[in-house]
Amino acid sequence: MEKFEKLTAIAAPMPLINIDTDMIIPKQFLKTIKRSGLGVNAFHEMRYDLDGNENPDFVLNNEAYKGANILVAGDNFGCGSSREHAPWALLDFGIRCVISTNFADIFYNNCFKNGILPVVVSEDELQLLMKDAEKGSNARMIVDLENQQIETSDGEVISFDVDQHRKHCLMNGLDDIGLSMEKIASVDAFEAQMAQSAPWV
Amino acid sequence: MAPKTLYDKIWDAHVAHEAEDGTCLLYIDRHLVHEVTSPQAFEGLRMNGRTVRAPEKTIAVPDHNVPTTLDRLKGIENEESRIQVEALDTNAREFGLVYYPVDDVRQGIVHIIGPEQGWTLPGMTIVCGDSHTATHGAFGALAHGIGTSEVEHVLATQTLIQKKSKNMKVEITGKLSPGVTAKDITLAVIGQTGTAGGTGYVIEYCGEAIRSLSMEGRMTVCNMAIEGGARAGLIAPDETTFEYCKGRPNAPTGDTWEAALSYWKTLYSDDEAHFDKVLTLKGEDIAPVVTWGTSPEDVLPITANVPAAQDFSGGKVEAAQRSLDYMGLTAGTALRDIEIDTVFIGSCTNGRIEDLRAAAEILKGRKVKEGMRAMIVPGSGLVRAQAEQEGLADIFKEAGFEWRLAGCSMCLAMNPDQLQPGERCAATSNRNFEGRQGRGGRTHLMSPAMAAAAALTGKLTDVREML
Repeated sequence: MEKFEKLTAIAAPMPLINIDTDMIIPKQFLKTIKRSGLGVNAFHEMRYDLDGNENPDFVLNNEAYKGANILVAGDNFGCGSSREHAPWALLDFGIRCVISTNFADIFYNNCFKNGILPVVVSEDELQLLMKDAEKGSNARMIVDLENQQIETSDGEVISFDVDQHRKHCLMNGLDDIGLSMEKIASVDAFEAQMAQSAPWV
Repeated sequence: MAPKTLYDKIWDAHVAHEAEDGTCLLYIDRHLVHEVTSPQAFEGLRMNGRTVRAPEKTIAVPDHNVPTTLDRLKGIENEESRIQVEALDTNAREFGLVYYPVDDVRQGIVHIIGPEQGWTLPGMTIVCGDSHTATHGAFGALAHGIGTSEVEHVLATQTLIQKKSKNMKVEITGKLSPGVTAKDITLAVIGQTGTAGGTGYVIEYCGEAIRSLSMEGRMTVCNMAIEGGARAGLIAPDETTFEYCKGRPNAPTGDTWEAALSYWKTLYSDDEAHFDKVLTLKGEDIAPVVTWGTSPEDVLPITANVPAAQDFSGGKVEAAQRSLDYMGLTAGTALRDIEIDTVFIGSCTNGRIEDLRAAAEILKGRKVKEGMRAMIVPGSGLVRAQAEQEGLADIFKEAGFEWRLAGCSMCLAMNPDQLQPGERCAATSNRNFEGRQGRGGRTHLMSPAMAAAAALTGKLTDVREML
């Protein structure tokens, strides 16, 4: 997993609320047995018409935002299914950070496993960042994970919270399984005890 | 000892390791696996030279991609779908998992066969790379969806890295009126909380109306906890639960059953236990409901009219307008005047025997409106067999329904069962998102009885007029 330290990038505004995982990556692209190559189909139904042409009204089809690495999104981003194909598609498109007032639980977890930082901000802060994102390709937003701060192109600074374990893993590009394997003796002990106390499991 | 919620009790019984910052390794008792969200996880194991820690607790079944037509054993036409199902087959056999292949009569939707085969038991922790894992909460098991990286983590370690969620209580008091079902309860709750209202919580459903539900109904309620944003839904186990579990193929027997039973009887929220959020609905106030928009929170009683975008506030105004445009609906239209062309009865929400019985009760001796495409997809091969034995299948076929083999089918349309652009479906599934049942397809969620009624009239219909 790629480390996430500090990102200086174009942010794309997607104010629509409840952007669900079916919107982020429709089911016909879940048939892959790989993690890669999904970026071209991210937001497929919003992004392309029925003939496969780019929909000019969709924000990521706008030249100004084609190189965006940050999404500033409406409330409850990533609701719906558990498909990790959603963050895989975002990452493959180039998105490393999503900012919203709220994320669906499973999507939020999935982001951290893939080097994407999801940031929760207040309603007022989201409005400020949305306005900054609307400035297009001339503006750059800075997301600084170490200091847990977002800086707008005007130099306004917003602080955010993040779980310290997740921050550590993201900043160091650490693999969860490797870390858990270090604690496997606890699991062995737990399993042995359960075999006695709950043999039906 | 401090009073605990049911969630607290199950959580505490499964913490295998706790770090100083409260991050836990939660032990997982059952890991359910399907073909869509697992291939990359198995690939990860192989790349790192890891194996499956507890294959006997890992249950695999193909369900999302499988065709549901009677000729499916000839093979899957779509190459990508076929490769994905073949990959599961290879992974299940190579790693020695419990496996129900497509030609096994026990095959079906993962959340239907887990309980059916007795893999799902009270007090367990259950995960699956599928958000509707919440279904198993109906047994008083802590069950939730996970991503593929977490699937790999569970395969390798039989644990999940977790922080505890908050407790929410949803109480449904009193009795349900005739024509009102578990599906109406769960949709009505989401209508109240919104799709983000449960984010960060585990919901425990309780109250007389919940207690009165069968296990099938309870599974329907918990199945859609995720649609309200909750990590999991729970219902405390009781005699109904124990009765359902007893004698299932993988349930304990003899002395072990007795030992399990005495433990299961401790699985309830203590009287003084603390809930961070409480919602109470009166069972009598719940009407048969349908969704009008493209979010499961867009719920209204069937007697209502399509709302206007201006009826909402904040970001919901834009979202509601987008929904109305997508759904091709005009504000003020009576929901009962909305014409449909497709009916889908099935899914992990409503593909169990009780759902089929409810549909058959409405369809008996009646005919589907001409021109309508109507299909019933049982949740498992065993549900299908039972429905045939009870004579339900004959009722469906005589009414004009297609009677399919088990799978996820048109709930998410990964197999050939899809809506065409502009088609409008009365569906018993769980999501009405844009494009969910096929690009441009329009979905109205409702109960099996309501969907059956809609098939007869060709319009969204108040099932109470047909009882």
